[in-house]
Amino acid sequence: MIKKTHHFKNMRAMAIQQTPLKSEKRILLEHEHVPEINKIDVYTSKGGYSALKKVFQNKMTPDSVIDLMKASGLRGRGGAGFPTGSKWSFVPKGNDKPKYLLCNADESEPGTFKDRVLLEKLPHLMIEGMIIGAYSFGARKSYVYIRGEYTYAAMMVEKAIQEAYQVGYLGKNILGSGFDHDMYVHRGAGAYICGEETGLISSLEGKKGWPKLKPPFPAVEGYLKCPTVVNNVETLACVPWIINNGPEAYAKMGTEKSKGTKMWSVSGDVAQPGVYEVELGAPFSVLLNDCCGGIRGGKKLKAVIPGGSSAPIVTAEEAFAMTLDYESIASKGSMLGSGGMIILDESRDLVQVLKNLSEFYADESCGQCTPCREGTGWLEKILHSFTEKQALKTDIELLDRISSNMLGRTICVLADSIAMPVQSYLKKFPQEFQKYLETSSNTSRQRRAL
Amino acid sequence: MSANPQLKPFSFSEKAMLQMKDILSRYDSKRSALLPVLHLAQDEFGYVSDEVIEYVARIMDLSPAQVLEVVTFYTMYNKKPVGKNHFQFCVTLSCWMFGSHQLMKSACSRLGIREGETTADGQFTVSKMECLGSCGSAPVVQINETYYENLNPEKLNRLITSCKEGEPLIP
Repeated sequence: MIKKTHHFKNMRAMAIQQTPLKSEKRILLEHEHVPEINKIDVYTSKGGYSALKKVFQNKMTPDSVIDLMKASGLRGRGGAGFPTGSKWSFVPKGNDKPKYLLCNADESEPGTFKDRVLLEKLPHLMIEGMIIGAYSFGARKSYVYIRGEYTYAAMMVEKAIQEAYQVGYLGKNILGSGFDHDMYVHRGAGAYICGEETGLISSLEGKKGWPKLKPPFPAVEGYLKCPTVVNNVETLACVPWIINNGPEAYAKMGTEKSKGTKMWSVSGDVAQPGVYEVELGAPFSVLLNDCCGGIRGGKKLKAVIPGGSSAPIVTAEEAFAMTLDYESIASKGSMLGSGGMIILDESRDLVQVLKNLSEFYADESCGQCTPCREGTGWLEKILHSFTEKQALKTDIELLDRISSNMLGRTICVLADSIAMPVQSYLKKFPQEFQKYLETSSNTSRQRRAL
Repeated sequence: MSANPQLKPFSFSEKAMLQMKDILSRYDSKRSALLPVLHLAQDEFGYVSDEVIEYVARIMDLSPAQVLEVVTFYTMYNKKPVGKNHFQFCVTLSCWMFGSHQLMKSACSRLGIREGETTADGQFTVSKMECLGSCGSAPVVQINETYYENLNPEKLNRLITSCKEGEPLIP
């Protein structure tokens, strides 16, 4: 299914990742630096698929797998942070309808590139987690929904699935358990909204990626109106470790409410951007200085977007006072989100930054809900008049009013994903907007066409 | 990609037919196979013209409108022919911070086209893309299906030259 172009032969996995750093806590990425770890024999030689064998050879019941996940405290790593064990337990039992597991590999939140590492280098870790997850709620089929642009990742996952079939980890009667499971790669075609779980389901159904109202929740009525669980790649990749080491060992890492480790993809003004795995609750400075080598060119930190571009911005002071877990980041008015962290140094103009993000959301709004379709366009236009030095005196207030009117009024959270950042930039960096008003050459009350 | 896709009859080759059969076998509803079948159609015919949409609708038991709305919703389906080397610049935050807009502009001016256009010889198209998920190695350009990361003006120039010579650089 994946076309080989003349460029294709030259393609290779991205040259990330040095050997593990001391300040990291690698449980998912433990073997990431091992050559050819994407191949099943290498993966197996490093203890791969031992969790799957444990589940089937010890005849663990589906419910006991769910109980393990609940006890581990694992929360969804795609953005919302919902407890994984609970999600699996919501799938109704004793229902004749087919059940589906969908792995959300539509990584498209600006600043996020962690799942790509897992897909390209550790596809078997995700596949092993998927088979165990599917077993826990009785899904006979699963799909890995990979964003269309990740051609190389899709190819690596496709290869890994074939390998898993060959050794009998997929297909009929897996390891003599009587459990059958089929797994397929499904490529997207370029739409941010398909990373939203109900948008992903619409897209998999062969439609526009329009999100659907909840309830009914996918666990009850999802893909083809059947019970469906959608989990992020990183979430599923945590499953084998938890089975192998026990939920207590997992829950020992992290904080009271944020258990385990988290992969962070750090980009922007740092010396060494990349993907790093640290324990939840690690201080921000550990990630910034010990992992990423601090700010590029010896500059000072201005602001941080902690969890993908949808996360409200935090000031340098707030960043240094926060630890990297769901609660601490929320206490600074932002969110852990996908762990796509963007670092902004003192030279960055935050109005320009916000304008760039507004373009993204205006482009990616699916157009279904009026507050989002119109609001994202308006925010973009107003921010454009700031950067063109044409802003009106009332524009700060207008940005605030439009974004407030977008919050919580749409089917999915795309509108909130730009409305919340707009409000945070206005609140935390008002002087940046004020500066543009003072230099605006438009002193009239009329907006000029730009 | 075929230079003259309109000269081909609108029917999948035997090989593509087999691929389509395999795709259909993966899903519990035929319509679910629409995205992968459209990828296949684009590979086969070069781009997704109105005729291709009608053909796909016919073989998928859908109306042309149902196919059209999908084709226009997703950015990766090309409604127009694209150049042999499709330069797709990521312009979202991390890439933008490291000059992706300037890089795109300089590619356009060297090729004598504007963003979204194709050169007269059909060799190059320049498009802008939203986040490609390569923020740690920004800025990035995707040429056809290959990512070229940590781009700079000099690297971009060499890249264009190598594509002109028909031997694109190794990323």
